[in-house]
Amino acid sequence: MAAKPGAFRSEREEKKRSAPAPHPAKASAANLDRLIHERTRLAIVSALAVNTSLAFNELKDLLRVSDGNLSVHARKLEDAGYITCTKSFSGRMPKTEYRLASSGRRALEKYLNHMEALIRATRES
Amino acid sequence: MRVIPFRSRQPRPAKPVALDDHARDNIRFIRETMERAGSFTAIPGWGGIAMGITAMGAAVIASRQGSPSDWLFTWACEAAVAVGIAVWTTYSKAREAGSTLFSGPGRRFVYSFVPPLFVGVLMTLLLARIGSIEEVAGVWLLLYGTAVVAGGAYSIRIVPLMGLCFMVLGTMALFCPLSWGNAFLACGFGGLHVIFGAVIARNYGG
Repeated sequence: MAAKPGAFRSEREEKKRSAPAPHPAKASAANLDRLIHERTRLAIVSALAVNTSLAFNELKDLLRVSDGNLSVHARKLEDAGYITCTKSFSGRMPKTEYRLASSGRRALEKYLNHMEALIRATRES
Repeated sequence: MRVIPFRSRQPRPAKPVALDDHARDNIRFIRETMERAGSFTAIPGWGGIAMGITAMGAAVIASRQGSPSDWLFTWACEAAVAVGIAVWTTYSKAREAGSTLFSGPGRRFVYSFVPPLFVGVLMTLLLARIGSIEEVAGVWLLLYGTAVVAGGAYSIRIVPLMGLCFMVLGTMALFCPLSWGNAFLACGFGGLHVIFGAVIARNYGG
């Protein structure tokens, strides 16, 4: 990062900061939750927000993604503590069940607020 | 490879608009995913219309029957036909949408829809046994309405409204002369199915 453009930007930022909503460009770059910004992960979190739990296959059918794709993205969310994953057996078939953790629910709310703020800010400017 | 003129590569003035659209698009995506995941949208509008038309036919045939048991038999046949239409059209609408009857929301819909219908069958047997089958119209309408309201809690908003209309008709049927029962059934299973079926078919994709 070069110092000069940064300094210039912060000067402009000061002006914008006096406005009630943060400027969209700055707000998005700084604190956008990259983890759920990605489409598949956003879909996983959204789907789990309206269901107490969803099995791997249900989620896969719902989001129309491949096995590998879903498990990779679900793993990332699980590592971040956004969703919880329980593995069990029904008969001999392994069953993976996903639930939204409270931090995941908060992250989704925050993301939605973020998007709304972005729209408001653009409308005002 | 496409050659892009250097100047058009950075359309700066359009940037805030694009960002705004992107946010809107993200919110829409979340809402659509939640709707798809949370509610059972495979309620067949055309199936409703078809069920309504067969019910009207059944009402006409039933009204010409001499004995209560023939009347009951006519409506029982209609019920079987209606179940066939409902299962077939729901199944195909669900499959078209890429979901199944037994995904999370579909399963919840079925689980809340079936018990009131089961009670309806039992009540019919009871009324037939005590010889007051004429009372059955109100009971059918009320319990079918209950099933639709209960199942509709997991579906698009118009579905519980239809259930409520059935319950209102059923309540009226309970307190009106018994001879009106067949007409109430025609209004409910015929009229309401056709009206709501048409609305669903038009607004909710078939």
